[in-house]
Amino acid sequence: MADTAVPLEAGTETVNRPGLLKRILLHNLPAKIAAVPMMLTVLVVFVGCTIWTIYYSMTNSKLLPTGKFIGFDQYERLFATSRWNVSVTNLIAYGVMSLVFTLVIGFVLAVLIDQKIRFESAFRTVMLYPFALSFIVTGLVWQWIMNPTLGLQGTLRNLGWTNFTFDWIANPRMVLFALLIAGLWHGTGFCMVLMLAGLRGVDEEIWKAARVDGIPTWRTYISIVLPMMRGVLVTAVVIIGSGIVRLYDLVVALTNGGPGISSEVPAKYVFNYMFSGGNIGQGLAGATMMLLTVLIIMIPWAYLEYGGKGKRT
Amino acid sequence: MKKFAVVAAMATALLGSASAIAADLEVTHWWTSAGEAAAVAEFARVFEETTGNHWVDSALAGSGSGANPVIISRIIGGDPMGATMMNTGRDAEELIQAGLMRDLTPIVEEMGGLDFYVDQSLLDGCRYDGKIYCFPVNIHSWDWLWLSTAAYEKIGQPVPKDWNEYVASWPALQEAGILPFGLATGWPFSGIPGVLMAGLGGSDLVLAVNRDKSVDAVRGPEFRKVAEALDALRGVLSPDMMVPAFADVGTQLLEGTAAGNIHGDWLQGDLQVAGGVPGEDYECLPALGLGDQLSGGGDSFYFPVLPEGTDQAVLDAQTALAKTLISPEAQLAFNLKKGSMPIRTDIDLSGANACMQKALGMLGNGLLPSGDFSLSSDIQQQLQDLNTEFLDDDGITVDDYVERYASIIESAE
Repeated sequence: MADTAVPLEAGTETVNRPGLLKRILLHNLPAKIAAVPMMLTVLVVFVGCTIWTIYYSMTNSKLLPTGKFIGFDQYERLFATSRWNVSVTNLIAYGVMSLVFTLVIGFVLAVLIDQKIRFESAFRTVMLYPFALSFIVTGLVWQWIMNPTLGLQGTLRNLGWTNFTFDWIANPRMVLFALLIAGLWHGTGFCMVLMLAGLRGVDEEIWKAARVDGIPTWRTYISIVLPMMRGVLVTAVVIIGSGIVRLYDLVVALTNGGPGISSEVPAKYVFNYMFSGGNIGQGLAGATMMLLTVLIIMIPWAYLEYGGKGKRT
Repeated sequence: MKKFAVVAAMATALLGSASAIAADLEVTHWWTSAGEAAAVAEFARVFEETTGNHWVDSALAGSGSGANPVIISRIIGGDPMGATMMNTGRDAEELIQAGLMRDLTPIVEEMGGLDFYVDQSLLDGCRYDGKIYCFPVNIHSWDWLWLSTAAYEKIGQPVPKDWNEYVASWPALQEAGILPFGLATGWPFSGIPGVLMAGLGGSDLVLAVNRDKSVDAVRGPEFRKVAEALDALRGVLSPDMMVPAFADVGTQLLEGTAAGNIHGDWLQGDLQVAGGVPGEDYECLPALGLGDQLSGGGDSFYFPVLPEGTDQAVLDAQTALAKTLISPEAQLAFNLKKGSMPIRTDIDLSGANACMQKALGMLGNGLLPSGDFSLSSDIQQQLQDLNTEFLDDDGITVDDYVERYASIIESAE
């Protein structure tokens, strides 16, 4: 409403300006007062701390943030460190696979449950249950299952299947998939519930119309229902995406970065250097790079999502 | 056993609460394995019996690397505990600089000096600007090679007398299906390169690399031997054979499923709790059976400055605890359980076992400074990352390892 009101009054702006300002400030005053704490939080906690982080990533601070300004030295060191580079590669590989598989599996599960099956709520509960567990618990459970000597491999070998091999957790090339299994087990249920809500939000009339036109069910899902679920999809991507970037506790519980450094992730590097390594500058440089990555993805998306809105109306 | 110790400590705490001047003193530490918990319960017992205060036990999981950050954050964040175990070194130094640690010099003066410390270099980490800020309570050392008697009985060979004989026995062990080297995942690996450096490279190399940060020494032939030993070691280690905790390696040694392990003396506490007898069930070789000096450091207790308005009784309890920890009675009781060496030798150590006696014999040669003292935790973390990567990735050659080690040492301040 406010957007459209401004251009209408543009012609008489010299006369109306004080009144306009007053109206902007006083219009819906209680709502504005209620928003003040959140605005302060955003400014002080989010923006303020971000600036603090970026500044101290350019100092030689050790245990306490007291160092001198040294420019981009911490970043030079960061990108010369093989552990950091491995971490970034891992995160990208894990992120892409996790995003794709969570969405696809989540959607397929939601479609299956959407077929008016019996015991729907029981299935929904079972699927959603892993999401109620913390990543630490998830990691520990899967660590036991995938432990080569004590877990699945050991059990099946003891039962007589002696050449059965499932040692992904101890295999540097496969360990990311081990992480992925645990991550998917934890996250797909939630994605499914979101998708299911989206499916239920699609009007029954559309289904009837599609049926009248003789469109096959799978085609209706992909070409009609899925585009209509755009809002739900965006929500799901944002939630899954933020979970990927801060991936830390699952790794700590499941592999602790091992074997060697083959399942390290950026957040773990940041934590290690800030706390046990006693090098805040280095840790914050890593944190800043994580933020930068998020912004590179978020800014174009936000521009497309909200920037074009004015033109459309 | 651990639970019992904690419960016992709490029970004594409750019993002591009858006395009028008693104060609660929270003590944080990361002694959580069975042997360690039994040892720290001795401190609590002596403290409560002799001073009447209560020891509020806050054991933190995750050993030094997990607990140290928690302790530091609590002190920096304005929620200090009454006393805490902490690694001496650069981290602690920064806290002292910031005025967050209590100056213990008046207590030292009252006691008439600290001459009873068997090696004055132990106190170096506690000294700052001529004042004392912490008390080392034991001498612990990583430099131990533990060998399983049972494993060598199985292959019909005598238990090795030094590292070289041990390495020579690996093929026979592997043939018999015994793990040559048992290892737990995570931090236990981090101490091994330092032990190899002290044992194979000798004291001069340790001093040149850790103290003088000499890059030439890293590129020299002595350090190369260390890198090659690590290379050999990674040849017999595989990630799927690693056990979850270092105490599990102790079990493997006693069972004879693993033949050897390099680990700090605190492993012995666990071996003893599990019923092992040194000389019969396991053998210990200090400094890999090659050197005559142990690189050691103390586990030290710091006493953070408590906030304004803290009850005087609590401050007195802090003082009392500081004195108790280094008293002959507490030292004897604690170290016999822990398997580490006491900081004073003016006590009756006839109760010490064979391994501890060997170590006490080496104490006369002085201690080598361990990496904790001379390298910042930033450098230590980088070295640890390098070692972890090297252990797992055969693509990193010995030459690469030496070069990368050298460049990290070069960047040290």
